[in-house]
Amino acid sequence: MLEIRGLHVHYGAIHALKGIDLRVEQGEIVTLIGANGAGKSTTLMSISGIHAPSSGRILFEDFPVEGMRPDRIVRAGISQVPEGRRIFARLTVQENLRMGAFARSGSSVGNADLDTVYDLFPILRERRLQRGGTLSGGEQQMLAIARALMARPKLLLLDEPSLGLAPILVERVFERIREINRSGVTILLVEQNAHMALHLASRAYVMETGRIVISGDSRVLVGDPQIKRAYLGEMDIDTTQKPTRSA
Amino acid sequence: MTDSNGSNSRFLKSTVHVLLTGFGLALLLLPFFPLSRVLLFTPWLLALTTLVRLYPLIRSHLRIPKRVRSIVPRASTGSTCIASTGLGVAAILAIACFPALGNRYTVDVGVMVGIYSLLALGLNVIVGWAGLLNLGFAAFYAIGAYSYAILNTRFDLPFWPGAVLGVLTAGFAGFLLGLPVLRLRGDYLAIVTLGFGEIVRVVLNNWDSFSNGPNGIMNIDRPVVFSYTVRPPYPFYYLVWITVFIVYFFLNRLYKSHFGRAWIAVRDDELAANAMGIPANRFKLLACIIGGAIAGLAGVLYAAKVSFISPESFTFMESVTILCMVVLGGMGSLRGCIVGAVILVTLPELMRDFSNYRMLLFGAAMVVLMIVRPQGLLPPQRRLEA
Amino acid sequence: MFFQQLVNGLTIGGVYALIALGYTMVYGIIELINFAHGEIYMIGAYAGIIAIAAAQTLIAGGIPPIAAVALALLAAMLVCAAYGFTMEKLAYRPLRHAPRLSPLISALGVSIFLQNFIMIAQGTRDKVFPHLFENTVAFDLGSVRVSLIQIAIIVGCFMMMALLHLVIQHTKIGTAMRATAQDKTAAALCGIHVDHVISVTFMIGSLLAGAAGVMIAMYYGLVNYSIGYLAGIKAFTAAVLGGIGNIPGAMIGGMILGLLESFGAGYISPEYKDVIAFSILILVLLIKPSGLLGENLAEKA
Repeated sequence: MLEIRGLHVHYGAIHALKGIDLRVEQGEIVTLIGANGAGKSTTLMSISGIHAPSSGRILFEDFPVEGMRPDRIVRAGISQVPEGRRIFARLTVQENLRMGAFARSGSSVGNADLDTVYDLFPILRERRLQRGGTLSGGEQQMLAIARALMARPKLLLLDEPSLGLAPILVERVFERIREINRSGVTILLVEQNAHMALHLASRAYVMETGRIVISGDSRVLVGDPQIKRAYLGEMDIDTTQKPTRSA
Repeated sequence: MTDSNGSNSRFLKSTVHVLLTGFGLALLLLPFFPLSRVLLFTPWLLALTTLVRLYPLIRSHLRIPKRVRSIVPRASTGSTCIASTGLGVAAILAIACFPALGNRYTVDVGVMVGIYSLLALGLNVIVGWAGLLNLGFAAFYAIGAYSYAILNTRFDLPFWPGAVLGVLTAGFAGFLLGLPVLRLRGDYLAIVTLGFGEIVRVVLNNWDSFSNGPNGIMNIDRPVVFSYTVRPPYPFYYLVWITVFIVYFFLNRLYKSHFGRAWIAVRDDELAANAMGIPANRFKLLACIIGGAIAGLAGVLYAAKVSFISPESFTFMESVTILCMVVLGGMGSLRGCIVGAVILVTLPELMRDFSNYRMLLFGAAMVVLMIVRPQGLLPPQRRLEA
Repeated sequence: MFFQQLVNGLTIGGVYALIALGYTMVYGIIELINFAHGEIYMIGAYAGIIAIAAAQTLIAGGIPPIAAVALALLAAMLVCAAYGFTMEKLAYRPLRHAPRLSPLISALGVSIFLQNFIMIAQGTRDKVFPHLFENTVAFDLGSVRVSLIQIAIIVGCFMMMALLHLVIQHTKIGTAMRATAQDKTAAALCGIHVDHVISVTFMIGSLLAGAAGVMIAMYYGLVNYSIGYLAGIKAFTAAVLGGIGNIPGAMIGGMILGLLESFGAGYISPEYKDVIAFSILILVLLIKPSGLLGENLAEKA
């Protein structure tokens, strides 16, 4: 469904992505893990068309999307839940959601979808006339996911949905992600919380300083001693703990 | 953050101190002189007390910790230095020989190029080095010119003391306008300075008893050197350009000293500069004072050259033109300022035949320049930004 | 005296508010002080006058005054929206990712260009707005005279502001404008075409300025190619006074500035009218840079 070949991205003099190759198949949950600054968010932002790649290809359903305008990419079926949620704080919850459906034409289109996401996240229905900025962190994360769903994506990119959330909320958010996937949406999940991500995803890629260093079945990777040491910690960790790197 | 608050309150204190001392001195004069004269002298007293007050500040606080000096790289040396020295000598020769080749008219244009070079150099300190956008720079120019003009025509003060007072007053105005700088962000600052420029102009235009309103001030004396009157264009040309060289030399030294490096640090990242122990606020204020004083000097020279000034010479367009000289030449670059002044003074002279379209093209050129070459023609060689 | 200045102040304040809206909307969305916005207002005044003149020569027997005013407003708004669109596309869009100073200088360039463009095209002499209405005094209480034009301007301004409020708060494009102003990247990720929204913002702001131009031309009866500068600065003052980026703030700021100026001219001195505006500007920026209704901008410093 999504195929990235030899993707390079530069920010001025900084070479952020040095040749990324990545595949996501229809219906999968794939996770991209790695430390801060490894280039995970840059990868997602390039897929969404925010950063123009300096070379390489991004194919979505065998159709090249690299260098396309962000709104066209959304229309093609790729939505992103960006890092830090980035909801519109001064817009109401409902307005935030309607903005999610912006790319789809017609004004009535949103109502059925609103009901769908309200069913998925009932708390948002209660808060629908509140400003986004007044929500709690977990609610904001749910709003961000719901907003991305409003575009009816085929592929959902999630950037660190666990960031800054209490463990109980992380569980709940991940549960929703699984549910969304079951409804037929393919998911590419970027996480620093490698433990949770590897348990959710079927396959995983590990990034380090702009390159993909390891990839494979996530159940295998969970057992990989190198991964254990670098990303999971040697002991049984709780989910709030940020993975630390030895290198 | 607490540090910047502390320095803010210290600044407030020293400002209050300056104002009190200045007005106190004015009160002392009151028994001996009529009120109108005392009022006229008050700004100069304030300027003097500012200087006295700021001197220890400049001495003690602008000394940068050693570790900062080691972090900020030294100016490059070597072949580029030799090449630029060669170019500099050639430029000096060209400027010195220019009157021999030109006629009265071209030398007169040369005088104006010199005056605008001074203005561009002054604005460059504020905009190019300290990174503070100023859209009312003509106000300092006006303050310098009017200070000298009023002191000369009403109090018969000769050129040299008049010039010193003019420069001091403009520097003090820079200090006053510099105070809001400590609080405001870039484009807000642009507007405040724009408003300041307009206020100065409107006041000069309407306060008849002070500045003779729109009629301006006439019969301003020329400078006298050893009983020889320096008249435009030929002798005045040399007076102006010698001043330009002195200012250029002074600024060049300043830029290469830790002052220059501190300004660049403040401009590029104020928070980081503060964290490194560079007192950002003081450097901003100092840039405003130096820039204002240089513009005041240009104003004094202008008043002495044309011998007649009116508020019309100090409009917003004037400020924009000076800004364009700095931007066209390359912000932060001293050579660029001179080049910008040369181009923007001579080009309109060359285009006199179709003067209607001159400003139209000027406006379009500003847009095109920003899109095509935003760093200007001669950007500074030492690029500290990554 | 008091009521007279009150009415005068509301009239001029409404016009300032309309222009200020353009500043504040553009600033809200791309953080640019669009110095050329005052020139758009001036172009609106000219467009209105030209439209009326054209209609009066083309249509035998002339056109009724109300139709003439409507035509002038329509023409000015269309022309200004076109100018706003083109200006953004040519002078600001290429500088979207440039350092802050570049678009500001570009805006100054556009301002100089437009002003001289109109000067060359229309001449340096004042243009007269045709005298459309015979009996222009709505009521006359001896010391207070209120003209029909004043009432029309005040009502017109309030109607346009109400309309704008509806568009911003209750339409899809209006919501998209607010979203884009808050976070351009997030807006793009939602599928909003950000450049398109910015264009629309420029067009709406310019259209309001165009209407303001026609109103002021009608009020004073004369326009000149240089009116844009001062009106622009004052409207910007109004925008800052209300809190830049804040739409209700611009409306309130415009009204307050108009009233202060009018009372200042009446009770202090008309010559220093402009100084009053600039002093307010500087005071607001020094004491409360975020304006009356603005969010705290000091954090971004």
